[in-house]
Amino acid sequence: MGNCVQQGTGAASGYLLETRGLTKIFGTLKACDHVDLKIRKGEIHSLLGENGAGKSTLVKMLFGSLEPYSGEILWNGQAVRITNPSAAKKLGIGMVFQHFSLFDALTAAENIALSLDRTTPIGTIAAKARDLSTTYGLPLDPGALVGDLSVGERQRIEIIRCLLQTPDLIILDEPTSVLTPQEADRLFETLERLRAEGKSILYISHRLEEVKRICDSATVMRHGKVVDHCDPRQETAASLARMMVGTEVKTAERTPHAAGIGAELLGVHGLTRKPAGPFSMPLKNIRLSVRSGEVLGIAGVAGNGQGEFFEALSGEVLQDKADMVRIGGTPVGRMDISARRRLGAAFVPEERLGHGAAPRMRLSENLLLSRHATDHKTFVGPAGLVRSGAVQATTQRIVADMDVRKSAPDPEAAALSGGNLQKFIIGRELDRKPDVMIVNQPTWGVDAGAAARIRQALIELARQGSAVLVISQDLDELFEISDAIAVIHNGELSEPIPIAEATFERIGLLMGGAEPGHAAAQRENA
Amino acid sequence: MRLELVKRPGRSKLFSALSPFIAFALTLIAGAIMFSLLGKSPLAALHVYFIEPVTQLWQIHELAIKAAPLILIAVGLAVCYRANVWNIGAEGQFVIGAILGSVLPVVFPDTQGAWVLPLMLVMGMIGGAAYAAVPAFLKARFNTNEILTSLMLVYVAQLFLDWLVRGPWRDPKGFNFPQTVQFSPSATLAELLPMQGRANLGIVFALVAAVLVWVLISKTLKGFEVRVMGSSPRAGHFAGFRLNRTVFFAFLLSGALAGLAGICEVSGAIGQLQPSISPGYGFTAIVVAFLGRLNPLGIVAAGLVLALTYLGGESVQTALGVSDKVARVFQGMLLFFVLGCDTLINYHIRVVASPGGDGAEAS
Repeated sequence: MGNCVQQGTGAASGYLLETRGLTKIFGTLKACDHVDLKIRKGEIHSLLGENGAGKSTLVKMLFGSLEPYSGEILWNGQAVRITNPSAAKKLGIGMVFQHFSLFDALTAAENIALSLDRTTPIGTIAAKARDLSTTYGLPLDPGALVGDLSVGERQRIEIIRCLLQTPDLIILDEPTSVLTPQEADRLFETLERLRAEGKSILYISHRLEEVKRICDSATVMRHGKVVDHCDPRQETAASLARMMVGTEVKTAERTPHAAGIGAELLGVHGLTRKPAGPFSMPLKNIRLSVRSGEVLGIAGVAGNGQGEFFEALSGEVLQDKADMVRIGGTPVGRMDISARRRLGAAFVPEERLGHGAAPRMRLSENLLLSRHATDHKTFVGPAGLVRSGAVQATTQRIVADMDVRKSAPDPEAAALSGGNLQKFIIGRELDRKPDVMIVNQPTWGVDAGAAARIRQALIELARQGSAVLVISQDLDELFEISDAIAVIHNGELSEPIPIAEATFERIGLLMGGAEPGHAAAQRENA
Repeated sequence: MRLELVKRPGRSKLFSALSPFIAFALTLIAGAIMFSLLGKSPLAALHVYFIEPVTQLWQIHELAIKAAPLILIAVGLAVCYRANVWNIGAEGQFVIGAILGSVLPVVFPDTQGAWVLPLMLVMGMIGGAAYAAVPAFLKARFNTNEILTSLMLVYVAQLFLDWLVRGPWRDPKGFNFPQTVQFSPSATLAELLPMQGRANLGIVFALVAAVLVWVLISKTLKGFEVRVMGSSPRAGHFAGFRLNRTVFFAFLLSGALAGLAGICEVSGAIGQLQPSISPGYGFTAIVVAFLGRLNPLGIVAAGLVLALTYLGGESVQTALGVSDKVARVFQGMLLFFVLGCDTLINYHIRVVASPGGDGAEAS
């Protein structure tokens, strides 16, 4: 490779990229504290850490989105300053973001063209993209409209966009969080091929199994500091988790059904919804039933109708017919979210800030957000005056129950870390002891300790006789807590598969939409 | 080289509270520079502008007369702006409130009794609220932009008033002047301390309204709804609040308060309807609302400050012979510095050395 000539001191160390004492401070928070990272040529290097460990901050400094406070970055042994993303690209650093920045209404090739210099004609880009897609086993039609593509395909666009700039180091941020197991396998093959060509990959993930599977070395971060370097293949998933979290991580325990499965508390019968916009998912004749004592998991790749399904269940969007959704036997399709809550239902949406909680409001005010209707007598006094004493007391109780860590007595929601806010939002609903609990992505972006606590709480709620519906893209999580798993794909829901019969393989195929035997298809055939 | 606004990790409580005072100080400094450029002694000019108009008791009364409508309207607007509802038409609601409230003393000038005035006030509030309901309905039903509709309705209201006082409601014994009959004593808002000055019950209403709205916004569930819908509507929807209800509530409340200000002005300070009954109170109140940081108690202070800039403008015009536009300059500078200080509380300025490339990449 051409780089061999100019390696200089880099040749001695053999590192493509090295950081020394890289530090970034936000206010009083040291997001990265003297981080040393060394990436060899031709290796897949994993960056492990819980949410808030400083991974994203570190990567942003490498990609030029943030400027380091102190410390240095060495590229091929030479100190460099990366002041902005285009400087990073010039050096040979490419990045595939966790959240894609693609325009739905443009084709794949047009989206790629947007990130390149303006002189290249679109035909050339399409041809190059097609070449790359065959070379690296990334099947993609450059002329396809992004809005019509699956998430896995969109990710391929991002990867090809990145490869077109022929980077030496590719940074991938949580690439498998949106993929089916089968799609992830294909991605790993691509990564291995890139490694064989001598490219280096910085792979950010908290999924330990895949890190063990494809990574050559790992740097573990905790609270902004590097706590360990290791060879993930020599470690067990448990030992990696211990390094990440600092303590032993408990997995949730699915306790046996004490009272057994009872009557249906949540019923969905032929729920159909037209797409709200050009790129949103319609819901097609969804049926399900969640009974007392049961946790039903809904698996699926992101963007297959989970959000639309949640909105329909919560009553943020009303149904055409009242009996499309039943809560505790009552048809609620035409009732709003407050009425559904009064019937004993509780809801936790996927997005915490701006949906489940108002970011600039205090925790106590965010308690009122979802509880003012159900606990009107407790929280609201004469003339509509809020009983702040009762609200504060309940807030403190939830904080204590769920071990919510916070820096002030009653901070704004946005001031909490993602995991702590999620614990509060879940605790806010659990505190009511709801009969029906519907949660979308309960532990998305939540650290392992908090996630275990949330999962355990959901299981316990079901065991006390509630019906729990969990929509999640995290299969490990669903296998950990569900009594049965159904899969949503393209707005259709499969029949639930009892956990004893469910395998990753089987669920994965359903997530990809491959297996015939979707509930709706079966009904049509019958 | 370019300047960038970089968001601060947190807001300083101290500086959030100090911001209006810093802005006022900066306004004084800039005003001093302006006066010295005009060839006047800056200290003496500032004294004439800010001190002299409030040295005598009757002048304090004049201040209260100017501040009352500003405060009444601004506390209503604060509810709107907190709810992210952009009512720009308070001037129109003020005028319609004045007109509907005046039906009794103009059309039935002989009615007497203690009930006349309260009924006028209630009708004024109904008039303002009904007029505000128009843009609220248009927004809720057709999703029109309430900034445009409420603003356009201001001119409709003003022309309607002009037509009334020149046409059907003109005083038959008024020598063809475009004005209505003088209101009877029982239709006139009482002066508080007639021995000292002209201030009437309007300022009392304004202070009571400020306290009530403060309680409403910060202590009640309805106020919570307003704040949630204004700051994160999706979370508000999740809470079970309905956007249209909040829109109507905010418009009706602010319309009623503007209408009350209108009838108070007519039955108190003026005593009859005439083609122009407001020196732009409905618009100046927008400045008052933001200067008071959308907090009703802050608005009381801000209302007094802006009332003072009106009086000070008149004062320097007579004493120093400078243009009465000076008042406008002071109002503008005040708003500019307040908004500037507020921005710098949330952001700090970073000087970025020119990187050469077009390195703006979304991340």
